[in-house]
Amino acid sequence: MPGSIEAGPAVEGRPAEVPVEINQKWCKGCDICVAFCPKEVLARPEGGKAQVAHPEKCTRCGLCEIMCPDLAIVVVPAARKGTSSRGQGGAADA
Amino acid sequence: MAMPVTHYLRTSKMPHIWCAGCGHGIVLGAVLRAIDSLGLDKDEVCVVSGIGCASRAPGYLDFNTLHTTHGRAIAFATGIKMAKPELKVIVLTGDGDAAAIGGNHLIHAARRNIGITTVCFNNSIYGMTSGQYSPMTPTGSLASTAPYGNIEEPFDLCDLVYAAGASYVARGTAYHALLLSKLIAKAIATEGFSFVEAITQCPTYYGRRNNMRSAVDMLKWQKEHAVPVAAAAKMSAEELVGKFRIGELGTRTRPEYTRRYAAVIETAQKEEAEQDA
Repeated sequence: MPGSIEAGPAVEGRPAEVPVEINQKWCKGCDICVAFCPKEVLARPEGGKAQVAHPEKCTRCGLCEIMCPDLAIVVVPAARKGTSSRGQGGAADA
Repeated sequence: MAMPVTHYLRTSKMPHIWCAGCGHGIVLGAVLRAIDSLGLDKDEVCVVSGIGCASRAPGYLDFNTLHTTHGRAIAFATGIKMAKPELKVIVLTGDGDAAAIGGNHLIHAARRNIGITTVCFNNSIYGMTSGQYSPMTPTGSLASTAPYGNIEEPFDLCDLVYAAGASYVARGTAYHALLLSKLIAKAIATEGFSFVEAITQCPTYYGRRNNMRSAVDMLKWQKEHAVPVAAAAKMSAEELVGKFRIGELGTRTRPEYTRRYAAVIETAQKEEAEQDA
């Protein structure tokens, strides 16, 4: 199925528990997702990898996913509830 | 919602070798989202690269892929496109690979208008070999081979390729990753030679030497210095000093090379058949 390259509207309603999957094996801790997340959902401990610090603030805008240079982030659509149907990249599979 | 692109990756080869904060991964993601948006089958796509950091990209991709010699990606891609014109042939190259050693292949592919899409990851430096200046390094920038500042002027690579005859020329940045995806998708959908310059960041060998301490600083620089073409059209030359245009910079319709070549084959075979009759 071809996808869309639109960022898309933010999903209304209560986000799933972990709206953003971060593959800890691929993340190099560059801080780009932390710096550009418009809702300050993400954080990175000193010397560590990116973490989902405030999942409740996430609007699933997808910016972290498209700006992650390590291709380590997948924003989970609300309907998927925390599992990655497309495979090997997500933290859920790590 | 942005589409995950992990299904296009050879995940066993990940994580990639690029430095923390290197923009190449963002550009690669934009390429993959462009391919996804066009609904292309993996077997319809052939990705070709030369040498350099950007040219490592095909090694992570689950398409037909070819990692070739320095500057020669477009030459190899030309052979592939001639043999299999039905393939979407995409060259992933860096600024040094495309504009220096491969500069002639680039302009002649544009002149022929062969149906290849070239995405140039322009990080303004030779990153893999530790930061020598390239033909795309801005004037005054510090590099390992320009410790007092680069005295050369960079190409406007988009203007160069368009002047040489390309059908589609556009520029985006890693910061404007969504726009970049859309530009690459239009480039791939173009029948003739298409070229997208992707301004990207090398925090390790360009940023640190040039007062940009982090990848985040470099992305902010891209945001602040990029001007959409529509806005640029209303600005004076003075206002545009130090800025660069992003968006579609040139489109034209010209006969595509492999189609012309197919017509030659048809004509020759017809003449031969008539002589035999």
